[in-house]
Amino acid sequence: MDMQATKKKLGLKERYQVMTRGLDWEPSYQKKEDIYPYVAYEGIKIHDWDKWEDPFRLTMDAYWKYQAEKERKLYAIIDAYAQNNGHLNVTDARYLNTVKLFLTGVSPLEYMAHRGFAHAGRQFPGAGPRVACLMQSLDEIRHAQTQIHALSNYNKHYNGLHDFRHMHDRVWYLSVPKSFFDDAVTAGPFEFMVAIGFSFEYVLTNLLFVPFVSGAAYNGDMSTMTFGFSAQSDEARHMTLGLEVIKFILEQDPDNLPIVQRWIDKWTWRGYRVLTLVAMMMDYMLPKRTMSWKEAWEVYFEENGGALFKDLARYGITMPKCAETIALEKDHLSHQAWGTFYNYGAAAAFHTWVPEKEELDWLASKYPDSFDKHYRPRLEYWREQAAKGNRFYNKTLPMLCQTCQIPMLFTEPGDPTKICYREVDYKDNKYHFCSDHCKEIFEHEPEKYIQSWLPVHQIYQGNCFPEGTDPTAEGFDPLAAVLQYYHLEFGRDNLDFEGSEDQKNFDAWRGMATKNA
Amino acid sequence: MHIDLRTVTIKPLRHTYDHVARRIGGDKPASRYQEGTFDLQATANFHYRPTWDPAHEIFDTSRTAITMADWYAFKDPRQFYYGAYTLARAKQQDTAEANFDFVENRGLAQALPVELKDAVLRLLVPLRHVAWGSNMNNASVCAYGYGTAFTQPCIYQAMDQLGIAQYLTRVGLLLGDLDTLDEGKRAWMEDDAWQGLRRYVEDCFVLQDPFELFVAQNVALDGLLYPLVYETIVDDVLSSRGGTAVAMLTQFMTDWYGETKKWVDATMKTAAAESADNKALLETWTSHWRDRAAAALLPVARLALADNADSVMSDVVQQFNSRQAKAGVAI
Repeated sequence: MDMQATKKKLGLKERYQVMTRGLDWEPSYQKKEDIYPYVAYEGIKIHDWDKWEDPFRLTMDAYWKYQAEKERKLYAIIDAYAQNNGHLNVTDARYLNTVKLFLTGVSPLEYMAHRGFAHAGRQFPGAGPRVACLMQSLDEIRHAQTQIHALSNYNKHYNGLHDFRHMHDRVWYLSVPKSFFDDAVTAGPFEFMVAIGFSFEYVLTNLLFVPFVSGAAYNGDMSTMTFGFSAQSDEARHMTLGLEVIKFILEQDPDNLPIVQRWIDKWTWRGYRVLTLVAMMMDYMLPKRTMSWKEAWEVYFEENGGALFKDLARYGITMPKCAETIALEKDHLSHQAWGTFYNYGAAAAFHTWVPEKEELDWLASKYPDSFDKHYRPRLEYWREQAAKGNRFYNKTLPMLCQTCQIPMLFTEPGDPTKICYREVDYKDNKYHFCSDHCKEIFEHEPEKYIQSWLPVHQIYQGNCFPEGTDPTAEGFDPLAAVLQYYHLEFGRDNLDFEGSEDQKNFDAWRGMATKNA
Repeated sequence: MHIDLRTVTIKPLRHTYDHVARRIGGDKPASRYQEGTFDLQATANFHYRPTWDPAHEIFDTSRTAITMADWYAFKDPRQFYYGAYTLARAKQQDTAEANFDFVENRGLAQALPVELKDAVLRLLVPLRHVAWGSNMNNASVCAYGYGTAFTQPCIYQAMDQLGIAQYLTRVGLLLGDLDTLDEGKRAWMEDDAWQGLRRYVEDCFVLQDPFELFVAQNVALDGLLYPLVYETIVDDVLSSRGGTAVAMLTQFMTDWYGETKKWVDATMKTAAAESADNKALLETWTSHWRDRAAAALLPVARLALADNADSVMSDVVQQFNSRQAKAGVAI
């Protein structure tokens, strides 16, 4: 007992240190640069990895305990929701298209984050960041799986979700989120951390994850809401990691500042371009809206993000230049995006529609400077045409931006009547861009972005037909062949919501559940 | 007695995702392991080559010399997806916590004979660094391996090994103090007994082939270390000398090894059964790393077993060989 009394009691911080970085050692049988080969080439200078402040202190025993408790609750709710046909309690069947967009566009990114953080968690020479990254890697496979499991019951009853993983690697608009994450994991480990840990998890998560989960809560989707809420404490850890990474890199060497600033500029823009899909989801796809895209941008980026960049000013970091362009686009983004998807509704794995009259009024009230003037007349015209049996489906393929891979649908900053085109000549080829920012990103790393797997180019090159297709055969229908390659079922997954199988089934099933037939 | 609760029954359009249905022989209900594993990793239309490894795609089968017609032939017999994994570990963690409490509250650590306690610390504390090395190596296999069926268990294995390193740290702090950890690290860095093992671990850090790394770490090193240290030295030898309390503190490791080796064996079996080339390669790798691991562990075994070490080690190697033979790897 005397011995026990003389034992030094460890503080929390010290205890966590012996549980993590105390395990590491200076190797002598292999060279450090061979063990951590990827840490130098980006030009980031780190002098002392011990200066890393652990953003959270969670040992594995505590991790298992907390996370298992969360999993137990989550799966109990998912099971109860499925057993009770909870899907019939969503506001209306149009809502389901939000779920489709999420599963095909976002869940595969959670998996990519899992692998990306395993890579970062192996490659940093500092033990502190390695442990933090590996824990995030483990969390991210959780998020991918809980989403797939939670949405599995929707897939059993509705279309568009049935081959989400196959679609993610092929379908034209899904190359936008896919190329975003491919871009991040193919960058060096430091850029990956700034791209995903900071720009995506810290700066933009409130504009991606939160709108989907809040939309679910507003629209009676308890499955999505529950996995969202269950991921909240994980996300909080990821955000503190993202912020610590930035501070740590910037405090290590003044030469790191211009590199980091360029990454923040790039990834804010790359992330924002992916959020185009979220903007349209918020304004058009949720039957019961939580807030408009413009409001979300103002609250979560302009106010909260503004405060963050003020805080980072002491390191010399400034607000990304692209914020000015984004501010000019916020009255237009969602309307231009939805208009495009309405056009290409035959080639999308979710349904599109013209909003109801009171929804148009809601949009007008949220976008007083743009909606009635530029977008309402077009939507009303499409509705009239559809009523006459002329539902318009665009069958020509759009030009894509070489960087963000979104069709060239955006207008000139400040002039919503003119499409914005930029181009660059590089090694005897002409490359096209949706904006100055995407063009600049390309110009900084042309050898990377000339590799882009652009869905439209690939279709024209004949790379997006099922194996054995003969495009020279008589009556060859290229759109049908591309949809087969996507595993997209014509007439079930695509086209207008009006008249869709989802619409009919939902009505019939809700009738069975609420009425005596 | 049967009671008939009525619910509104809707006939679903399908029972699982198409990519899962293609793998389980048609549209039928799938398990959470299947839905959470099959085809999760991207396989097609990568946009850019890694700037850190331009010779390969982001995920690339050619990072390893093992070839598989289908990387989803691998199955984790534990069917671990994240939820099943954390539930299993939380339960073990509960037991470990109760064991630590038991040893601490009853003063069992103080009751250990001094020379026994010293022997335990001399043996177990440096092993926290070995577990840490395994954490890094499994992170590597997870990051650079191919196919979720193969890589998913590796992130669990990586974090388990971090947990083991942390339990060993707690053993050091319970039976000793902060200086004990420092002394363990000094021995790890300097003492002859540990240098073979440290060299082994550091050599693994630079292995480029993720499957060879899997063999070197999870098959060869763990396949000798756990039976030697936990099943033999701690559970048998030290227990018979009055060290049962130590076996309580390392129960997690014993149980964990019993469980994880089923996955390791299943993985070897599947890869070896795929082709004669795979089998030959696995035999070469396994015998190479087995010999190195056995040589590296022998001086460590001597710390606790003295003259007995050689015969115990040769028993452990014998068991290891027959375990591999069952998995289809003849060495």
